Amino acid sequence: MLKKLKKFLMGITKIFGKKKEIKLGLYGPPNAGKTSLANRVCKDWLGEEIEMGSASAIPHETREIQIRDQIKIKKKGKELSFNLVDTPGIATKIDYEDFLKFKMNKKDAKERAKQATKGVIDAIKWLDDMDAVVVVLDSTVNPYSQVNITIIGNLAARDIPVLIVGNKIDLKKSDIKKIESAFPQYKVVGVSATKGKNVDKFYDALLKVVK
Amino acid sequence: MLTLQFVPYNDIENLSSNQRVSKLMTLVKKNKIVLMQGRLKPSEETRLIEKTMQEVTKEFKGIELCTVFPQKENNAFKKFFVKMLVGDIEGFTIIGPATIVKDIKRNPDKVELLLSKTRAKRKNGRK
Repeated sequence: MLKKLKKFLMGITKIFGKKKEIKLGLYGPPNAGKTSLANRVCKDWLGEEIEMGSASAIPHETREIQIRDQIKIKKKGKELSFNLVDTPGIATKIDYEDFLKFKMNKKDAKERAKQATKGVIDAIKWLDDMDAVVVVLDSTVNPYSQVNITIIGNLAARDIPVLIVGNKIDLKKSDIKKIESAFPQYKVVGVSATKGKNVDKFYDALLKVVK
Repeated sequence: MLTLQFVPYNDIENLSSNQRVSKLMTLVKKNKIVLMQGRLKPSEETRLIEKTMQEVTKEFKGIELCTVFPQKENNAFKKFFVKMLVGDIEGFTIIGPATIVKDIKRNPDKVELLLSKTRAKRKNGRK
């Protein structure tokens, strides 16, 4: 019932109101490569110098929502204009001691953990505002994690279009088929965001999924 | 001592979403591993993660969570009425404090619960 009402109201907005900007969210567990993919999109469509944020091997590098407005993708006569929302990685546990392994001092590790917990809360709160979501997974890691299932389950319950990206296909352990069998009802595209491998297919799939 | 607490679905079925999440959090924060019959709604799962993050401290590092459910019914009509009648009672949910449950590995047909080493060492009187 709510979905129908939402659809009806969106239809009215389209007819009488100003065209709403699509919010495209990047969601996923920490260290999957959401910011690397965001940076790739920005470089490809906004220019070489523009980046969304810093990517790092240390988990929870992105601890605040980052938004890049008015990205326009044009491909094969199709066009998609959206605001890209890069979100902090969603996790069920955060231990500052994990950051100490990356030679971070205790004070910084504690601060990072504190910011990371807030980041997870913000990412969840923003789910309601998304018009479409790209779920970014590390294709070298087992996809059957509860965080992945919870994120995708929530998007399905909210009727939000989803595209799954299996990142890091340049690595030996990458297994896109495993992601496909874990989430057979969704389109899965394998990419390497840092190397720019297969990103064309990602844009093609994005144009199909987000209408 | 490690406590495994079973929560039957009828213990939570009449609770509001917030009450369900609070009940589970209270048990987990008592260092119990919860085995709940059925599963939470997707929105309740995210609420549980949100609440967990709000409560992270030096002692409470978060949770490990895993839902195990049988293959979903393809017939949406039948699924809707089963849910209307009995709720999301199929399968089960495991929730444990991250200080005790290091990881829950799930493959389609198997769930492995890995317990934290530090806990085992402490139990044996070693540091």
